[in-house]
Amino acid sequence: MLNKRSAGEILFDVFNILFMILVMLVTLYPFIYVFFSSMSNAGLLMQHRGLLIRPLGGVHLDAYREVFKNPMILIGYKNTLFIVVAGTSINVLATSIAGYFLSRRGVMLKKPVMVMMLVTMYFSGGLVPLFLLVNGVGLYNSLWALIIPGLVSTYNIIVMRTSFMGIPRSLEESAVIDGASEFTILFRIILPLSLPVIAVMFLWYGVAHWNAWFGAAIFIRDRDKFPLQLVMREILINNETDSMSTGAATAEVAQVSDTIKHAVTITGTVPILCVYPFIQKYFAKGVMIGALKG
Amino acid sequence: MGTIHTGTKAYENSSAGFFKRLLKDLAANKVLYLMILPIIAYYIVFHYGPIYGLQIGFKKYSPGLGILGSPWVGLDHFVNFFRSYYFWRLIRNTFLINFYGLIFSFPMPILFALLLNELRSNKFKRTVQTISYLPHFISIVVICGMITDFVASDGLINDLIVLLGGERAPLLQKPGLFRTIYISSGIWQGMGFRSIIFIAALSQIDQQLYEAAIIDGAGRLKRAWHITLPGIAPTVVILLILNIGRLLSLGFEKILLLYNPITYETADVISTFVFRKGLEQYDFSYSTAVGIFNSVINFTLLIIANNVSRKVSDYSLW
Repeated sequence: MLNKRSAGEILFDVFNILFMILVMLVTLYPFIYVFFSSMSNAGLLMQHRGLLIRPLGGVHLDAYREVFKNPMILIGYKNTLFIVVAGTSINVLATSIAGYFLSRRGVMLKKPVMVMMLVTMYFSGGLVPLFLLVNGVGLYNSLWALIIPGLVSTYNIIVMRTSFMGIPRSLEESAVIDGASEFTILFRIILPLSLPVIAVMFLWYGVAHWNAWFGAAIFIRDRDKFPLQLVMREILINNETDSMSTGAATAEVAQVSDTIKHAVTITGTVPILCVYPFIQKYFAKGVMIGALKG
Repeated sequence: MGTIHTGTKAYENSSAGFFKRLLKDLAANKVLYLMILPIIAYYIVFHYGPIYGLQIGFKKYSPGLGILGSPWVGLDHFVNFFRSYYFWRLIRNTFLINFYGLIFSFPMPILFALLLNELRSNKFKRTVQTISYLPHFISIVVICGMITDFVASDGLINDLIVLLGGERAPLLQKPGLFRTIYISSGIWQGMGFRSIIFIAALSQIDQQLYEAAIIDGAGRLKRAWHITLPGIAPTVVILLILNIGRLLSLGFEKILLLYNPITYETADVISTFVFRKGLEQYDFSYSTAVGIFNSVINFTLLIIANNVSRKVSDYSLW
C-alpha cells in the first residue's frame, strides 16, 4: 500500500503524527513542570518566568523534607491508606457476593433484588437527604462514613454478574455433588476463575477511594481523620499554611511556597503514577464492557 | 420460573401456592439469601433512605421533629426558588457550561479517535493512548491545584500570556474567564479517556467495507466519510442524548474547588447552590427542593432528546 500513497496522504500522515506528539506534550508537560519545580531552588523559582526544562539550581529535596516533616501529610497518608485498604476489600467482597447471588439459577427473589438495585442507578435522593441520613445513622465524623455509604456500585455488580455467568456450570457441578456450601463454591471455584475481573474491581474501587475528597469534606470534622486529598486541598487550593506548620490553627497568612506545593502534588500523585502503567488497560477494558452493554 | 413438578398443580397460581413455593425456595437457598441480606439492607438504608427523605423538599424540615413529624408546606420551597434572585443566574450558568461542553468538549474525543485510527504504527498509537488517558486518573484536587497554580498571576499560563504580549492577571478571579478555564481544562482531563468508547466503536466496523472501498478507488477522506462516520454514528448519537439529558446537571466537585464569591456570577451552578444552601447554611428543605427541581428538568430533557433522536436518526436509548 505504501507505494500508492499520494503526496496529500503523506502530508496528512506527517501532520497527524505531529499533532499526536503535541497532544502527548500538552498532556504530560504540566506534570513534568510540577515535578521539576518541586525540586528547584525556591528563590530561583520565584524569579523564574515561563517553562522549566530542568530543576532550577540543581536538584533540591528540601521541599520534600518539609512535606514529610508535616504531620498533616502523614496523617492524611495514614487515613487514606486505611480507607483504600479497608474500603476496597469490603467493596470487592460485597460486589462479589451480590454478583454471585444474581448469577445463580433458580432463585426466586433474584429478579426483585435485581430490579431494586437497578432502580438506584436512575433515582437517587441527592446530596442533602444522603447527608441527613449518614448523620442520622451516626456515621458523622467517622472514617466509615467514607466506606459504608458507597458499599457497592450497582454498575460493578452487573459487570461482576456478567463475568460469573460466563463460567461453565460443569466446573461447579462436582463440588455441588460433594455437598459444597455456597461459600465454598464462591470462594474456591467462582472467584479463582474470575481473577481478571476481580483485579479490575480492586483497581476501580481503589483508585476511586484514593482520589475521593468530597465525602470527607462533608462528613469529617476532626483534622486527625482527614484523608490525604483533603489535606492537599487545604495546601494547594485554600492556600492554608497552618496545615503546613504544626497542624494548629494559626492566623499566619504567609503563602505556602510553590516548591512545597508542588512537592505535595507529587507526593500525593506518585502512588497513582506508579500503578498507572499496569492499570490503564484494565480501566479501558471497563469502559468497553460498559459500551457493549449500553 | 415454573418448574415441571409444580406446574401441573392447579393451586400454583393462587397466592397460597406462591407463598409455599417462596418458603421452599427460601429454605433451599438459605445460605444464598443470608449472604445477600446485608447488601439488600445497604440498598434500603443508603439508597432508598435518601429517596424517602426527598419528601422534606415539600416540608418545613426541622431536625428535632424528624422527617415524618415536620409539617407539610406544599410547593412553597419551589415557588421561593423560582422567585429568587438566583434562579435565572443558576439556570443560565448551568446551561451555558454544559452547552459549551457539548460544543467544544464533546466532539474532541471523536476527532481524536478518528485521527488515532489513521495512525499507521500500532506501537505509536498505543503510546499516545496510554499517555492521553493519564489525566483521568489524577485526583480532581490535584488537577484543580495545578489549574489554580498555573492561572495565578505569577503562574505558568500568565507567563505565556505575557510572552505573547498580553497582561498578567489572576485569571480565576475573572468571572468572564471561568467557563473557558473550566471547559479547556476539562478537555485536557477527559479527551483521551472519553475517546476509548469511540475507538471501541471504530474497531467494530467491518474491515471488508474498507477493502471494498479501496478496490472501488475511494480515497482516505471518502472512506472516512462513507464508512467510518456512519459506523460510529450510533455511539455518537447515544452519547449525545445522554449529554443533553445532563444539560442542567453538572458534577460540582471541580466547580467547588475552582470557584469563589467573585466568580459566582458565572460559576455558580444549581448543584453548587444546593451544596451551599444545604450543607453550609443548613437550609435542608429548600436545597432538597432545588435538587428535586433539577432532577425533574434533567429527566424531561433526556426524554425529549431521546424522542427527537428516535424520529430524526432512528437511534434511541429506548
